[in-house]
Amino acid sequence: MRPTPARLLNILVPVKRTIDYAVKIRVNPDQKGVDLNVKHSMNPFDEIAVEEAVRLREKLKDEIKSIKVVTIGPPKSIETLRTALAMGADSAIHVEIPDSAPAPEPLGVAKALRALIEKQKDGVDLVIMGKQAIDDDAGQTGQMLAGLMNWPQATFASKLVVDPATKEANVTQEIDGGLQEVKAKLPLIVTTDLRLNEPRYASLPNIMKAKKKPIEKVSPADLGIDLTPRLETIKVAEPPKRQGGGKVESVDELVAKLKEAGFLSKS
Amino acid sequence: MADKATRLRVLALYKELHRLGRDYPDPSYNFHGKLRGLFEKNRNLQHKEEIERAIKLGEYIRNETLALYSLRKYRHLKRMYPQDSFSDPFHDDTTNTHPKA
Repeated sequence: MRPTPARLLNILVPVKRTIDYAVKIRVNPDQKGVDLNVKHSMNPFDEIAVEEAVRLREKLKDEIKSIKVVTIGPPKSIETLRTALAMGADSAIHVEIPDSAPAPEPLGVAKALRALIEKQKDGVDLVIMGKQAIDDDAGQTGQMLAGLMNWPQATFASKLVVDPATKEANVTQEIDGGLQEVKAKLPLIVTTDLRLNEPRYASLPNIMKAKKKPIEKVSPADLGIDLTPRLETIKVAEPPKRQGGGKVESVDELVAKLKEAGFLSKS
Repeated sequence: MADKATRLRVLALYKELHRLGRDYPDPSYNFHGKLRGLFEKNRNLQHKEEIERAIKLGEYIRNETLALYSLRKYRHLKRMYPQDSFSDPFHDDTTNTHPKA
């Protein structure tokens, strides 16, 4: 008789569709936003999260029961889900909002994720998500979700080791001045840092295979949540243009200018 | 032309490289033109070893291109999100002490 594993893990990976990292951002003339008519792709930190989930399955094999990806976004966000499915996720959930709707805020996203997790029949043991999105750089969603679920959180992870038998995880976190290792019990929220892994590029055969994987559509109303923003963007502006430096002719002149600017004491 | 299996391999490689070429960072580099040209130049190869060698070169170029994309993205992110950033929440601007003091 084959021994059955102690517990099969269900992993949830929330991903976000953001403006592609290589695009030069242009502020709109009305100074309320940026030009969104540009190339979009999956948030790079979320790619790292999907990759980590897939690597966990490669390592733990049957002990990972499912890898589900979810995104909250307009219809076009389905492309992001397909990329994740092509990287190795099993199924996807699309919380669809209209094209005209404003971008959801971290608290709204966290509440939606909580509602989704509570709806999952098999439960969720591990949530792996990017530490921040490259468009708003909020870096709040993972932490807020942990607070709402009352789950432990291991943020800025640069290494993740999971033991399904004991339902524990060892996470190495990138903190100011070095690394910190923590041990946590599942269910757990992990947010990924840049050095966690190198995401794979979805190959064409995998992209084809991914077309057959299921994508479930859900609306915010189905989850009973309101994604109305609580913050109002007053103004968006480019950083000030860099002022050219001045040239000095002698050391004395340099010292005089530094004193003038207040960098040296006037003694 | 070679047998059907090899033909399928070559076509799959072409499609893969073509798809990769869409994301090439330098717009002035004629990726698709070069890709087509290189494949067409070898269309009449007969010897198995020659065909294998050409396929291996194609796969090498595919791997190199993938590495280019990965490295470019990683370096960009590393620049944008440096480790000892002044925007990190633990950086205290009010004290004058140097961290190493």
